[in-house]
Amino acid sequence: MPTLAQFLSQAFNGLAFGSLLALIASGLSIILGTLGVLNFAHGAMFMLGAYTAFVVLGHWDSFAGALALGALVLLSVGWATERGLIRYYYSRPKEDQILVTFGLGIMMVEAVRYFFGGLSQRVPLPSWGQGIVNLGFFIYPLYRVEAIGIVALLLLGFYLLLYRTRIGLVVRAGIEDPLMVELLGTHVRRAFLAVFCIGAMAAGIAGVIYAPLAAVIPNMGEPFLVQCFVVVVIGGLGSFPGAIVGGLVVGEILSLTTLFNPAYAQAAIYAVMTLVLIVRPRGLFGTMGRA
Amino acid sequence: MSMADGRRLARWVPELAMAAALVALPFGFDAWLGSVDLFTRILIWGIFGLGFDLLFGRTGLLSFGQAAFYGTGGFVTAYLLTGNVLDNVWLAMAVGVIAATLFSVFVGFLALRRIGIYFAMITLAFGELSYFLENSPLSNWTGGENGLPGVPAPTIDLAGLHYSFAGSWPSYQLVAGFYFLGFLFARSVVLSPVGAVLTAIRQNPERAAALGHDIGAYKLAVFVLAAVFAGCGGALLGIFQSYMPPDAFALDTSGQLVIQTVIGGAGTLIGPTVGAAIWLLLRDVLQQVPAIGDLWKFILGFVFVALVTFLPNGIVGAVMRWMAQLWPRHAAGAGGTRHVDAAAREALLAPLRAKTAPGAAPHFALEARDVRKAYGGIRAVDGVSLALAEGAFHAIIGPNGAGKSTFLRLLKREETVDSGKIILHGADITAADVTAAYQYGLAKSYQINQLFPQLTVRQNLRIGALGRQRGRWRLDVFRGAESFAKVEAVVAALLEELDLTACADLVVNTLPYGEKRRLELGLALASQPSVLLLDEPLAGLSPSEREGVKQLIRKLSEGRTILLVEHDMDAVFELAERITVLHEGRVLAEGTPKEISNDPLVREAYLGGLAP
Repeated sequence: MPTLAQFLSQAFNGLAFGSLLALIASGLSIILGTLGVLNFAHGAMFMLGAYTAFVVLGHWDSFAGALALGALVLLSVGWATERGLIRYYYSRPKEDQILVTFGLGIMMVEAVRYFFGGLSQRVPLPSWGQGIVNLGFFIYPLYRVEAIGIVALLLLGFYLLLYRTRIGLVVRAGIEDPLMVELLGTHVRRAFLAVFCIGAMAAGIAGVIYAPLAAVIPNMGEPFLVQCFVVVVIGGLGSFPGAIVGGLVVGEILSLTTLFNPAYAQAAIYAVMTLVLIVRPRGLFGTMGRA
Repeated sequence: MSMADGRRLARWVPELAMAAALVALPFGFDAWLGSVDLFTRILIWGIFGLGFDLLFGRTGLLSFGQAAFYGTGGFVTAYLLTGNVLDNVWLAMAVGVIAATLFSVFVGFLALRRIGIYFAMITLAFGELSYFLENSPLSNWTGGENGLPGVPAPTIDLAGLHYSFAGSWPSYQLVAGFYFLGFLFARSVVLSPVGAVLTAIRQNPERAAALGHDIGAYKLAVFVLAAVFAGCGGALLGIFQSYMPPDAFALDTSGQLVIQTVIGGAGTLIGPTVGAAIWLLLRDVLQQVPAIGDLWKFILGFVFVALVTFLPNGIVGAVMRWMAQLWPRHAAGAGGTRHVDAAAREALLAPLRAKTAPGAAPHFALEARDVRKAYGGIRAVDGVSLALAEGAFHAIIGPNGAGKSTFLRLLKREETVDSGKIILHGADITAADVTAAYQYGLAKSYQINQLFPQLTVRQNLRIGALGRQRGRWRLDVFRGAESFAKVEAVVAALLEELDLTACADLVVNTLPYGEKRRLELGLALASQPSVLLLDEPLAGLSPSEREGVKQLIRKLSEGRTILLVEHDMDAVFELAERITVLHEGRVLAEGTPKEISNDPLVREAYLGGLAP
């Protein structure tokens, strides 16, 4: 049996990874909820954020600069994608939307591979993130603790944006009933553009934060994309609270299963997903409206 | 050679062309690339793709988890052979394919409860689940990240003859043999009534179900069929390489299959093979070009996005369309346009008697007893009782929102009732689904046309007639969709009766509204129903068209029970023998047209006191 300290440290690992997953998945989920589009390029957008961090932090020790540029890059990519492609797909079958975002993701990954090569890159920790911290029950890398704090702040900001602003109101209403929002005279298409950009930025910012913790390679987004699908199914399609709870649940399942038997960690999240689909197909926080 | 012989021969042209290509093309590859192996590889993807094309191209089910079955077929076969469980390669392949099939029944049962986005995500998750299971927990059997080396090739030992399929050319012969068998089988499925139903499901699943086809069973069948092809492809991959790689289970494998299918052309059977050829040639040939070699996959992604956006049927689809323009087929359609005289039509379209429960002596054709349905707080149908005598012509009128359309949906079993009973010819059908209701002889025409827009008028009617003649579910994949004499006779009679003979072989979405409206009625009639529900059949028609449809309805009512919902009061009072007035989900009044028009309550609530 693992000791209490082992258990706590793995639970903390789960929190660190789960909160990051929550941030990426919340972006995927609001795009899905509002636009009805399952963005298969979301993993590639996360990867673009990580490469932005690689470029910025490789030259300057400015984490804030990396965050700002990552947000800007993904804002531009999101804007170009929605205006150039996605908006022509709103009236097409869901399958076509999946296919086109899937293809777009491949193009992003391959473009990055062309410019940066296929080898993995290391991104330095910011100067204030180096070293370790004693959390009482165990010792933990400082940056990982700080990353949890940054992600928590970003999720709070995301929450305020969705629940305390006019655009947030339109987005939440759009998740409930897009047609009705349009009929009530709100320009839903403009809100769609905003939502797509916000969702893309959430993925990109998560990529910036994650970059110093891992090997940065062109197809690093793929496992995250798939895990986000699991999060969204568990939490409920289009639900912001669902994405957060789902993200933490998936993070903890991964970490705690690793504690007992690492071989089953990845398989366990898909098993839980299957269980949710059988017992409660709409997920923990989902409404029945969509899909 | 007669016309019919020519057509029978034309059906086999693709098979003959395929056989010729499988014999000739490998020599081309051998001469060009110095080996036939690349072509073998293309055909393994092609076998995998034949099944996926039935699933995605035909039925519209976009699965991102086909690698699960490809890997299962491959690894079970490879384990049985390398783990010294079985000696016989053929037997090991068979067990591998059966394992993939069983796995697909389980996955399909869960995944097919949902459509669209959910279906794609669930299949993808199962693909990943099997990848991670192969990778660690099962690594004692699968070799984990190393895969399984040393998979032997099958041999033939027959009466002194010994032939091994090891080596470049022999393994090509093996794979090409399986590919050809797979192609024959997939073609047969496409041309069978099962193929016709799958196409109908893709275009309008709700109507396909309402026309008596058990769409859940058909979807599961095609999902399992696709897994048979996948398992077979996976087994052949291990044998061909004498090595079973773990990435057969990877998400990239499922993704590559999707991309190849879309680029080559979904719904064309050979599309995935053409797509595989493009993928593998781009990878192997373009990579040699110095300046753009590294961009081969980017180019592929770009082509993919462009094709999804502009050419929904991919390269093969575009070529086929172009060829159809060059050589327009004259007067297509089986049997051309047969003339069916009035007496024969009447016999063909007469209602089939519903199967009544033995011993039951029904007084009424259709009966609703205290039926209720609420949506949230809104009581749409609030305790309606109605009884239609055999052969009655009954109409329901009422202001908008009175619950008329909801009531019809409840009767046709498109929605479940909260309480109450629905009885058809003495049998309780309250628990039946929409498909069963059709099989019992209860058909409905819809307020808004529910057609199969990409099919011809004749094919539309055939879907309806097949539903009643074949029953709700049958796997008759080895007979033609047009081989049911009774179905073809009913379709010909309907075309004549509905005055649609001239446009019988035109695609429905090119037709004017009046023709579509008559076809909508025709779909309901194709089952030769004993009870017919008509939801605003005159809606949107011009005055002259109304007259025609009214004549038709009057004619149909002979020997048949009809329940009509209509806003055209002149038509209702002219056609109906009895009228029920619904108001806010309740029966306000019931009686003969004369009684209704004189009822002060009705005049007050509905006619606004203005009626004569």
